[in-house]
Amino acid sequence: MKKISSKKVRDSLTLACCSLLHSAPEARAELLKDVQVDSAVLVYSESDGRVSLIEPVIKLKSELDEDEFLNVQLVLDTLTGASPNGAQISTVAQTFTSPSGNNNYTIQPGDIPLDDTFHDTRVAISASLEKPLDRLRKNTYSAAFSTEYDFLSFSAGYTYTQDSQFKDTTYMAGASLTSDTIGPVGGAPIPFAAMQPSGTASKLGDDSRSTIDLITGITKVLNKKTITQLNYSYSRSNGYHNDPYKVVSIVDGSTGLPTYNFNVNGDYLYESRPDSRQRHIVYWKTAHHLTEDVINVAYRYYQDDWGISSHTVDFKYRYELANQNFLQPHIRFYSQTGADFYRHSLTDTEALALPEYASADLRLAEFTAFTVGLKYSHQLGPKEIISGRVEIMQQTGDSSPVDAIGVQTTQDLHPDLTATILQLSYSFIW
Amino acid sequence: MTKLLRAVFLVILFSVVSACEIQPVKSWERGYLAKPSMQLTPDEVENGLDEHIYFSKEASTGGQAVGGGGCGCN
Repeated sequence: MKKISSKKVRDSLTLACCSLLHSAPEARAELLKDVQVDSAVLVYSESDGRVSLIEPVIKLKSELDEDEFLNVQLVLDTLTGASPNGAQISTVAQTFTSPSGNNNYTIQPGDIPLDDTFHDTRVAISASLEKPLDRLRKNTYSAAFSTEYDFLSFSAGYTYTQDSQFKDTTYMAGASLTSDTIGPVGGAPIPFAAMQPSGTASKLGDDSRSTIDLITGITKVLNKKTITQLNYSYSRSNGYHNDPYKVVSIVDGSTGLPTYNFNVNGDYLYESRPDSRQRHIVYWKTAHHLTEDVINVAYRYYQDDWGISSHTVDFKYRYELANQNFLQPHIRFYSQTGADFYRHSLTDTEALALPEYASADLRLAEFTAFTVGLKYSHQLGPKEIISGRVEIMQQTGDSSPVDAIGVQTTQDLHPDLTATILQLSYSFIW
Repeated sequence: MTKLLRAVFLVILFSVVSACEIQPVKSWERGYLAKPSMQLTPDEVENGLDEHIYFSKEASTGGQAVGGGGCGCN
């Protein structure tokens, strides 16, 4: 990437920043000096032709006044590929209606039912202003906006931090409100409505969801070489929580084969999730300096009222090389229990007396995930750094659950997911 | 898993309790702590990208901060 020095670009940035601050460009133009620019491009790619994502990011940080910082971040992401539609693998060919309701796609026996019409482009802009009240106290105001073809989100947040007298302990409390509008391709399906043959209208319009997040935490200097942080977060969301593109297969209670009672192409019901969710999260992380190298460890415990609990352990080891260059191996382990209403499929008998909720979204199933990666960072100049990382992620679930029926016992009911993560980053002072 | 959870909470509890008992580190003793590599989140952009990936592929999210951009990916 080439260093940007164009006055036009700088003016545009000034205007963007000031729009977010609701202040006149002239008043802030003088202050936008020595902007820290962090840029990156992420390429995420799943095996078997599933989801691919390219995500460029640019983050600007400027000191407006002493200890007063403005951060502005722009993210673009482009998704292509195919995503599981929730239906089960079968020993027979299966035909599905595309989300728009206008076309069909057919999945061959033994293949994972993937919807290959899956693609989207997302633009997300966020900004935060860190404003000190005095030597020890600070307010941080944040706002975020993101838009994609079928989703629109606004968020506003506030965080208060206070240092102890010796600045070895920091107390933090914050809150944010988020409002999402979901406008699925073809409309939001009625929960548990049967997928209809193409050309049949069976969906509703847009829907919405609101979320409140609360957080409190403490950061403590333990000794000359160790700093630690412990946070507790609570989140509550109300409104539309379904994935509008996910269905649940209806299968014969003895053979495990698809049934054809509601649709000549096979019976698939749009999923039904609760209309609220409460989450509790405990998050702990620590950085420890060895003689030269640095260890970063994080642990998260997560629990929600859908019956999901999870453990996440993240470990990074920064191995220092000459001239402030470094290598950083990374390991992440994740394990979650399934949602109470996760079902790989429903039987034709259950379809006549449906449970309150059901989803076959594998992200709500019990599984474990493992990520391993390596990053290299190279110092080009005093404040100019280029880095790259490569990581592999694998999710593994129960391929042969005990409640598999008939032909399902011969199929992989939770196919592994393998993804490659590549990232190139470039940071400099503008 | 319950044993693991208990062990982790004990480590956290021990860290916090022991932190309350130690002497404050003087400002002139913070050479290591002042290094960029000792930030609890040394690379915020990378952290944000990872949060986005795992939010879209797992049921769990959050814990580090509030706010941030929304996503229709989950």
